[in-house]
Order: sequence, then structure tokens, then C-alpha cells
Amino acid sequence: MTVVFFYLCAATALISALSVVLQRKTISSALSLVVCLGALALLYVQLEATFIAVVQVIIYAGAIMVLFLFVIMLLDPTSEKFAAPARRVGYAAVPLVYLLGVLIWRAAASYRPAFDGAGLGAPSGIAAIGIELFSNYLLPFEVTSILILVAVLGAIVLAKKKL
Amino acid sequence: MIPIQHYLVVAAALFCIGTAGVLVRRNVITMFLCIELMLNAANLTFVAFSRFLGELHGQIFVFFVMTVAAAEAAVGLGIIVALYRNRETLNVDDANVMKW
Repeated sequence: MTVVFFYLCAATALISALSVVLQRKTISSALSLVVCLGALALLYVQLEATFIAVVQVIIYAGAIMVLFLFVIMLLDPTSEKFAAPARRVGYAAVPLVYLLGVLIWRAAASYRPAFDGAGLGAPSGIAAIGIELFSNYLLPFEVTSILILVAVLGAIVLAKKKL
Repeated sequence: MIPIQHYLVVAAALFCIGTAGVLVRRNVITMFLCIELMLNAANLTFVAFSRFLGELHGQIFVFFVMTVAAAEAAVGLGIIVALYRNRETLNVDDANVMKW
């Protein structure tokens, strides 16, 4: 059951990711990415990372993608002419396929049945993450707030009519 | 129990699809979406290792990646809006003032 669920989610994620790249219209790409993010959230649930799954849906699919959709509707970009791939694209495909092959080969070669994590299980749950976040990771957490403040100011300055 | 290698292969494939999208597409918004795809591939790797090593650090890292991605999306979309205002284009090949 879990195996079928995993392959279903993984296939959905990969197919929608391909759809992000191959869609002609930008809006279709954005909506495909939403599907991909949802499938990844299901994978996170299967990995017992429920907090990350919820945050994925709320922040990624709920906030970031809505921001993207707003900009796409605001600018109304004409659909890109998906012409025959230029010559340099062919060159780019060679290292990419090589990279993918090496990654899969390495992953398959390093297969150790002992390293299946059975019975290990991360101490999941929001409480454990919160304690960790506000003790060991307190400084990065506070720095993140400054980062977001700077990003908000930068976005406002960039989007102003007169720069 | 699904072995960790399956998750890693899925994440690697997602990352390669995202990289291919950045290289192939010329629309700046689509390229941005592909960057988000690559970030999510890295997140999947983090969560998988967090689960299989029995530690929480990977999930905390994913949390930080998501916040940085949100900030990056705000600034990046601001740049895209500014580009469209000044150039009337979303094609990265047309934004070549600083190109040698």
C-alpha cells in the first residue's frame, strides 16, 4: 500500500515537473508547479514530516504560488514561442543526462539494506521542531526575520513606479 | 518500507528537470518556476535524510530553505515587474544590457 502510494506521488511529481518545463503558457507552468508541490507534500507526509508537509502546502502552494499567479496575471505575458531548441540547448542536454545518470548510479550503488531506517524514525511533531528551532537554531531564526524584512523593503523599492 | 535511494532518485530527477528548464526556457517567469523546482528537489533530499538518520536537523533546514525561497520570490518577482516596465519583455535574451 505504501509502496503504491509512494510511486503514485513520485510519478505525479515528476510528470507535473516535466509539465512545468514543457507547457507553452506561463500560467499552465505555474499550475503544474502547484500540482508538483502537492505531490511533494504527500511524500513528506509519508516520510513522517507532517509539519514540513503542512508548511509546504500553506507557504509554498498557498503564498508563494499565489504571488507568482498575481504577477503572471498582472503582466499577462504572451505565450512563449516554443520553437525548435536552439543549438546550445543540445549541448546543455549532454551534461544534464550525464549528471542524472551518475546520480542514479551512485544512489543505486550505495544501496545498503541495513540503512533502511526501520525503527529509527525522526522525533517528528511540531513540539520537537519548535524546541529545536528556539534553542539550537535561535540565531538563524532571528537572522531570517531580518532577511525577510530586507526582502520586503527591496521588493517595495523595486516595484515602485519611479525607481 | 521504501529505501532512501528511491527518494534520492526522485529528488535527483526533479533537480535535473529544473536545471533543464532553466537552460531551455527563455521566459523569465518560467525560469523562476524551474528554480523553485530545484529548491524543492533539495528539500526532498533533506527530509528523506532526516527521516532515515532519525534526526530533526534536515526538517529545520527545509524550514529555512522555505523562508529564503519566499524572500527570493518577493525580490525576484519585483525584478521581473521592473524588467517588464522598462523593457516590455519577459524574454531573458532581450535583457542584455550588461552582456559582453
